[in-house]
Amino acid sequence: MTTSYVIRGSRPLGGPNVDIVVSDGLIAAIGPSVDVPTDAREVSAHDLVALPGLVDLHTHLREPGREDAETVLSGSQAAAAGGYTAVCAMANTNPVADTAGTVEQVWRLGQQAGLVDVQPVGAVTMGLAGTQLAELGAMADSAARVRMFSDDGKCVHDAVLMRRALEYVKAFDGVIAQHAQEPRLTEDAQMNESALSGILGLRGWPAVAEEAIIARDVLLADHVGSRLHVCHVSTAGSVEIIRWAKSRGIDVTAEVTPHHLLLTEELVRSYDPIYKVNPPLRSERDVHALREALADGTIDVVATDHAPHPAEDKDCEWAEAAMGMVGLETAVGVVAEAMISTGLMDWAGVAERMSMQPAVIGRLAGQGRALAVGEPANITLINTSVPYLVEPRALRSASRNTPYAGRSLPVSVWTTFYKGELTLDEGVLVNQARNAASAG
Amino acid sequence: MVGVSAARTPDETRTVLDSDDIARALTRVAHEIVERTKGADDIVLLGIPTRGVYLANRIAERIHQIEGREIPVGSLDITLYRDDLRRAPARALLPTSIPASGIDDKVVVLVDDVLYSGRTIRAALDAMSDIGRPRMVQLAVLVDRGHRELPIRPDYVGKNIPTAKTEKVLVHLEEFDGDDAVRLSGQSQEES
Amino acid sequence: MNRHLLSAADLDRDDALLVLDTAAELAALTDRAVKKLPTLRGRTVVNLFYEDSTRTRISFEAAAKRLSADVINFSAKGSSVSKGESLKDTALTLEAMGADAVVIRHPASGAPDRLAHSGWIGGSVVNAGDGTHEHPTQALLDAFTMRQHLAGGKGDLAGRKVTIVGDVLHSRVARSNVLLLSTLGAEVTLVAPPTLLPVGIETWPCEFSFDLDSQLSRADAVMMLRVQRERMNAAFFPSSREYSRRYGLDVRRMNALPEHAIVMHPGPMNRGMEIAADVADSDRSVIVEQVTNGVNVRMAVLYLLLAGAQLGEPEGSDRMAEVTAP
Repeated sequence: MTTSYVIRGSRPLGGPNVDIVVSDGLIAAIGPSVDVPTDAREVSAHDLVALPGLVDLHTHLREPGREDAETVLSGSQAAAAGGYTAVCAMANTNPVADTAGTVEQVWRLGQQAGLVDVQPVGAVTMGLAGTQLAELGAMADSAARVRMFSDDGKCVHDAVLMRRALEYVKAFDGVIAQHAQEPRLTEDAQMNESALSGILGLRGWPAVAEEAIIARDVLLADHVGSRLHVCHVSTAGSVEIIRWAKSRGIDVTAEVTPHHLLLTEELVRSYDPIYKVNPPLRSERDVHALREALADGTIDVVATDHAPHPAEDKDCEWAEAAMGMVGLETAVGVVAEAMISTGLMDWAGVAERMSMQPAVIGRLAGQGRALAVGEPANITLINTSVPYLVEPRALRSASRNTPYAGRSLPVSVWTTFYKGELTLDEGVLVNQARNAASAG
Repeated sequence: MVGVSAARTPDETRTVLDSDDIARALTRVAHEIVERTKGADDIVLLGIPTRGVYLANRIAERIHQIEGREIPVGSLDITLYRDDLRRAPARALLPTSIPASGIDDKVVVLVDDVLYSGRTIRAALDAMSDIGRPRMVQLAVLVDRGHRELPIRPDYVGKNIPTAKTEKVLVHLEEFDGDDAVRLSGQSQEES
Repeated sequence: MNRHLLSAADLDRDDALLVLDTAAELAALTDRAVKKLPTLRGRTVVNLFYEDSTRTRISFEAAAKRLSADVINFSAKGSSVSKGESLKDTALTLEAMGADAVVIRHPASGAPDRLAHSGWIGGSVVNAGDGTHEHPTQALLDAFTMRQHLAGGKGDLAGRKVTIVGDVLHSRVARSNVLLLSTLGAEVTLVAPPTLLPVGIETWPCEFSFDLDSQLSRADAVMMLRVQRERMNAAFFPSSREYSRRYGLDVRRMNALPEHAIVMHPGPMNRGMEIAADVADSDRSVIVEQVTNGVNVRMAVLYLLLAGAQLGEPEGSDRMAEVTAP
């Protein structure tokens, strides 16, 4: 028998205070005064902002293969702590998630953890080698029901292969999510190509290497009539291309990471590899363009690109260090700082960009739904009066590579409901690994 | 001994040698050097920068007037040989210039303005031992203020001025400071 | 001076002149009988060389030994191909051995910065060349050499025109020299094909030109940088022949220099590529002197970093760069 809850006084999408009744995994009632079941547990949520459970289209859970950095379980815990109820797990594991077997394995691990919907992403090419299509259909038909395919970590740079992939997935309403990085222009690249890279003696990653691929891909998607998703957009030029493509009616969607909304390449001066990421941190001008694009919808979603790495892969010289930052637990705080505190977006906009749109793009049923009667109770409660002081050692992720150590973010994720059950309760993870069979 | 008789108030600066005193003292020292080295045949004067060098030059000039001969004069910076380097940030080096005739088998007279703990002279002896082997090393100072911490003694002294450790001895030389004077400043206390 | 020497930008004009003047004094001392000074007795200097460089390592070793420091040499081939012990673990070992200074040469730009700011070691860090970033002691010995010939061995290099030619993009020597020379008041011009100049070169404190011949008649010093033939394979220039024809210092170009102008090269040279053999061996060339001056300059650096009390660090190397509200 699952518990019923009444959530008192929260403000859905930042609007007026209401009470919400959660029962049997659904929202049973929502309004200023509601009928509360007698056994309902009280959840005090006065003035907390309520959002539909957050959905991350771009997460690296590292399992199978790099369990020293993260597992599906620890990643799920980090996600729940960050207010997420669904994550899409990228395919660059070891072995690569390019077969039905591997994606089903990841899917089952997610079910066992039982804290968020873990939706595996399938690789576009076998072994991410970029030469031969993976069995996209088999992955789509598998229990994991893959709909998003990506070689993320690497670019599908061969134009013919990208064309074929875009065409092929039309058969099952799939989408290719491109990591846009022309490989020859970015060989051994370490940071954004700019005056700063020239001074620091670090090989540059020019913006054009991202923009040229996006330009090609939107034209290809238009030509074959397929939909395209662009991962982690990082430059002002990329924004312009996507804006143009959308104005032409091309079916392209785009994501931006929280760190690209807040941090710039200036941080690389310290040579501290905590700031090493792909695509790299860019200029102030790029950050401003990305914020505006997220506000006006040119960029559809925020996706964390949560990339855990063990300490020894960051505790070294820059050239040796791995690229990536963890992001699930700080995403809301960073977006609040970059977009809410600056007045560029409101909480309704955050709900769109971090829950509803991601669910649409990822074709995730039951996620990103409105906070309304009859909908699945995936609810995130955010405390806008209590800041979040980021401490690497307190992260739930198995890795600690966050660029925000010691920084205070303006809001805290307080409580998360996943399918009507608490996964995060006033900042404390609820420890229950549920089996899919026993869930309601 | 000490000429000035006015009672001192704390923190006052008083002059203990004026420019005439200094000139007379250096003349006497020059005569003493000539006498004790039996004609100053093979001596080399090495001044310790900065003011020791000017004093060495003045003494050399006087010996030149007495004996009619040019005396080799040089400078010997002791910064790299100090025993208290770690107590302050690294100091700039001052010039070391040894006369072409060298110091081997010569009588080297080290010249400094003030002799105090003796550590500077100890460092100068170490510096010299890396440069060559003098036959004899002597020491000429303008002022000996006492409070030796090492077994070092001067051969030629312009003036003995007993001081308290809290006092400062300020030497001015025309070439560097624009005037000639030796002054004492700071509180006087019971002398040790 | 600060606790570390990581970049030529760490030195303001006073610091730079202090190093050069100290080096001059030390040169005079070691010219005479004094081969060994006691100043750094009891201090340990570690040469941590991750790249083969016999010349620079020996230079630092000689400098440390002349000051009576104990020297430990650690040569490692650290690369992504053969990952031996991590830089962190090596550093912790050196700290346990009591290194007062670590002289580090490393193929990764920023490795000395990591060593200095990570908290792994407590001593001073001297950058002996990191990737394509900087080589501050090279710039110091270059400035010392220029000062000897162009400024009577004293003061700064105000108004002197220095032309640096070659693969600036990949040259840590070029970066350090541009910074230090402009601190000392010199006018620097970089000459290279456009492919070998870094992005953002217009923001550097120097001029640049694609035409070597146009710079010769005004140059007081010409510094040739090593150009690797392999760059041709990455399409930085079409062929060695074209490169040396357009950017090589041959005898004809050398003769177009003013009478007093000197020719420099940080070494090792590609004779026939960026510099003709006859030019390298001519009497305008001060290349051999640069090597000698290197020992004295490195002695000065070690003395100034290690002999005195430890100083605090410069501020602001790690500030959080934020984007403000639009």
